[in-house]
Amino acid sequence: MRFPMTINVTSDHLPVLPRSAPWVWLILALVLWIGAYWNLTAFADALLSVIGLDRTTHLGEAVHFFFYDTPKVLLLLTLIVFVMGIVHTFVSPERTRAMLSGRRLGAGNVFAATLGIVTPFCSCSAVPLFIGFLSAGVPLGVTFSFLIAAPMVNEVALALLFGMFGWKVAGLYLAMGLSVAIVSGVVIGKLGMERYVEDWVRALQKSTGSEFQTERITWAERVESAIAQVRDIVGKVWPYILAGIALGAGIHGYVPEDFMVSIMGNDAPWWSVPAAVLIGVPMYSNAAGIVPVVEALIGKGAALGTVLAFMMSVIALSLPEMIILRKVLKLPLIATFAGVVAVGILLVGYVFNAVL
Amino acid sequence: MKNVKVLGSGCSNCKSTAKLIGEVASAKGVQIELEKVEDMQAIVNWGIMSTPGVVVDGKVVHAGGVPARAKVESWF
Repeated sequence: MRFPMTINVTSDHLPVLPRSAPWVWLILALVLWIGAYWNLTAFADALLSVIGLDRTTHLGEAVHFFFYDTPKVLLLLTLIVFVMGIVHTFVSPERTRAMLSGRRLGAGNVFAATLGIVTPFCSCSAVPLFIGFLSAGVPLGVTFSFLIAAPMVNEVALALLFGMFGWKVAGLYLAMGLSVAIVSGVVIGKLGMERYVEDWVRALQKSTGSEFQTERITWAERVESAIAQVRDIVGKVWPYILAGIALGAGIHGYVPEDFMVSIMGNDAPWWSVPAAVLIGVPMYSNAAGIVPVVEALIGKGAALGTVLAFMMSVIALSLPEMIILRKVLKLPLIATFAGVVAVGILLVGYVFNAVL
Repeated sequence: MKNVKVLGSGCSNCKSTAKLIGEVASAKGVQIELEKVEDMQAIVNWGIMSTPGVVVDGKVVHAGGVPARAKVESWF
């Protein structure tokens, strides 16, 4: 790996990091991070004794949970968003499109869904991205696999699930999200619905390729960009996380564990999964906003499959996004998209309730 | 006079990008004509896939996310 030895003339106004040696700072930060992560319990214990509370009381247990969980989730989120920030500097939408262009259905869908995890994506870019992919010869079904996976399986969702429920739930969510994206994309591709793409989109020249070339960037710039992403994302989501953990702490200390069992638990009627998916559609939230709710539901005894189906429905099937997509897709295709994804999420919910 | 176009469908990132460009330009004393392009077809015709995109004097200089301040300064 090459170190950037010269100072970039255009960006000398903002020397966030010593440009010659980002590695030293990175290693130092990593050591601090590990040190903090290993001392979470001690930190919570110390804070609790400073306030003068005892863990054996309801209040003490709830407050301890809050002091333990908050730094833990924030630390995990920071690390994962940083790592993904570095990854994002390697994978631009333009590059992803080039990699997906001309892929066949099947393998192309697997590839597209996987790239959906690592490509920087904002739901407000869904339409230009969609058109960009199609015009570069990415098949419709493959494009959909990408569009479904990108918002649903993202680093914030995974980091929060990992921090609050452990790696098993995060892994399940990852596998389930990818499966829904891949299968839905294949189904949409097999249905051959290209004619339901708006005419003006299909009329676009195939050569609308981007004239915009991503400039070569140095490692110092990658690190800087990742730090900016951490600041941006963690800065945006921390209030949700605090609220979620506070809610979780309250539940942890007070609410009886089987509160939700009869409505959303394993013995709930068969319609609890479709109901969860339906309730999720008009709700529009990002992963950070929904994970606290998920934590509250699971804390009260709801079944994991039902809750994850609810979470996926909120993130992947949103009314506002469909209204945006209406600009490029005709109604039958939007309806098919929503239907196929909803069925996929339903299946996932049932299967996991049955297995776990 | 530089012509600057911010391409994006009106999301919050697009607004902060336009604001940042305005700030930097006036800080540097550069006269610019700032234009917001929200029409999807027009955005796509610039070959941009991730918004907000920025076009300075007919050339795409940025796509995807709010640009860093240093990057904006380098345009003027």
